[in-house]
Amino acid sequence: MLTEFGKIFIFILLAAIFVIITLFISKFVRPNRPTKEKYLTYECGENPQGSPWVQFNIRFYVVALIFLIFDVEVVLLFPWALAYQEYGIYGFVVGLIFLLVLGLGMAYEWRKGDLEWARPQPKPPKLDEILKTKS
Amino acid sequence: MNIWEIIIISLIKILIIVVMLLLTVAYSVYFERKISAWVQNRVGPNRVGWLGLLQPFADVFKLLFKEDIIPTAANKPLHTLAPFIALFVAFSTYAVIPLGPPVELFGYKINLVVADVNIGILYVLALTSLGVYGITFAGWSSGSKYSLLGGIRSSAQMISYEVSMGFSIAGVLLMSQSLSPVKIVEAQHGWMWNAILQPIGFITFVVSAFAETNRLPFDLPEAEPELVGGYHTEYSSFKFAGFFLAEYANMAIASALIVTLYLGGWQVPYIEKLGLSYTLTTIIQIASMFLKIGALLFFFIWVRWSIPRFRYDQLMSLGWKVMFPLALVNIIWVAALIMIFNL
Amino acid sequence: MTFYDIIFYLFAAITLISALFVVSTRNIVYSAFYLLFTFFGVAGIYVLLGADFIAVVQIMVYVGGILILLLFGVMLTNKITNVEIRTGTVQLLPAAIGIGIFMGAVVAVMIWTEWKLEPAQIPLTTTKDIGHLLITDYVLIFELLGILLLIALIGAASIARRDQE
Repeated sequence: MLTEFGKIFIFILLAAIFVIITLFISKFVRPNRPTKEKYLTYECGENPQGSPWVQFNIRFYVVALIFLIFDVEVVLLFPWALAYQEYGIYGFVVGLIFLLVLGLGMAYEWRKGDLEWARPQPKPPKLDEILKTKS
Repeated sequence: MNIWEIIIISLIKILIIVVMLLLTVAYSVYFERKISAWVQNRVGPNRVGWLGLLQPFADVFKLLFKEDIIPTAANKPLHTLAPFIALFVAFSTYAVIPLGPPVELFGYKINLVVADVNIGILYVLALTSLGVYGITFAGWSSGSKYSLLGGIRSSAQMISYEVSMGFSIAGVLLMSQSLSPVKIVEAQHGWMWNAILQPIGFITFVVSAFAETNRLPFDLPEAEPELVGGYHTEYSSFKFAGFFLAEYANMAIASALIVTLYLGGWQVPYIEKLGLSYTLTTIIQIASMFLKIGALLFFFIWVRWSIPRFRYDQLMSLGWKVMFPLALVNIIWVAALIMIFNL
Repeated sequence: MTFYDIIFYLFAAITLISALFVVSTRNIVYSAFYLLFTFFGVAGIYVLLGADFIAVVQIMVYVGGILILLLFGVMLTNKITNVEIRTGTVQLLPAAIGIGIFMGAVVAVMIWTEWKLEPAQIPLTTTKDIGHLLITDYVLIFELLGILLLIALIGAASIARRDQE
């Protein structure tokens, strides 16, 4: 089996070498005429404002957190899936309980709104409000 | 076989696979442009070579001669490294995908796969999870708001769909009882294709594959109207080409994976009943593999030019609230199927 | 020194050198980047030991999950990504004592353990055997792991939610 991993090792090495060569080959032929404007960060023609590393939504972090836990569950489920056929109904129940626990976690997240993304909530202008401000 | 023979045979296989992959990538770019032209009632590229067939090479040379720009605000080492990671991951995945049945050539029995590892599918999953880094680092290191937002969005999207991808694969493993792609293909003999036995898993896997490759209904990371170019806003020259190549290479790999896991790989149903010669059967089987991959690539492009983009919250809720429960249902369905019919 | 040994030392070197970079670099995103190689080196050593499943799990969970989480955490706290981090005080003496005790323990284990010296059979595949054990002997542990993960999920989500409010 180690020979097969050896082949993968060769493949990975060659892929790395190949990628490095292709990306460096252009170094010898491309022009290099830097100007100050070229090296500015692109911000639709304006001068960039503030730090580029803006604060983003904490939701992304929560998603990564939930992902991590389900990733571990997937990994645990794989050995079960491989050995399942030889155990019939017993193996089925074992897997089912595991999946139910998993589904319970999912249901909790769902119910508590951790999967909700902040939706844009457009407020269409109401006629009477407009009239009120006008008058 | 001694060690040198193994190494030489592997090197030849790797060479063939890399050349094939590059050609596939080059021509899927060409067909992307051609098919989009057909969809929009245009002509598409037709100047370079006959019917524009040399267009991909012209594109590559154009990008080769472009100036490379790294903005002063960028983090230079990581900015340079990110396209390497993306491209490297895209190429390495191909090591475990079988392209045909074992053949006998010059007295050697040769598997048409570079490495038949017994954990092949897990290797693919591991590399897929690595693919997030190219994009995250590209987004962070560019020093641009668009890049950062694109990178973050993309990585959150990829990890979300990776979960349903993993659970769909568990359904396939239940059927094949093996993690080796070669065995998975062999388990789908006759009409026992996984796409037919577990249609739910097939759908969740295909949708996840679209999301993982950042293709259009799910190409939020590079949604032009809001994020300019997403994580590759600040990339130019061959580094941009690196990301571009990686996207198409990922598409080719996703197609090959879908074929391997769900559409029977190189298997053609009941071909052994036709009584064809061994060589002919093998050739037909290999050709069928490529035909299936080609059809899926066409599907990828077709979807891109037909379906509008999702909004980000729709994308996330589709991943977590639809695909994920469906993948769980699929596992229970397959397990019940095996128990009842003793497959 | 066989071919096998060379590859082992290669992976060991990758692990150690990148780990050194992780702790010595000042930019926290670079640390995360070097940590990538540390995890890879460890995965490579697992493969050499014949623990193929553990190797891939190492990459899937640590590289694909935990490191991404770390990166997100670093990027979320936007002030620290472009600031160079430097520890104010260097506590040499406590560090030396701690490392000394740890090294002593490791070396003691190395010396006092009776190692099996006969060449072990590297199993053809480990995943399926793990599956058999999870269904038969360790079925309780398998289900308990599910519950443990459920608890972790609920806990993690509540902490994240409280921070948000």
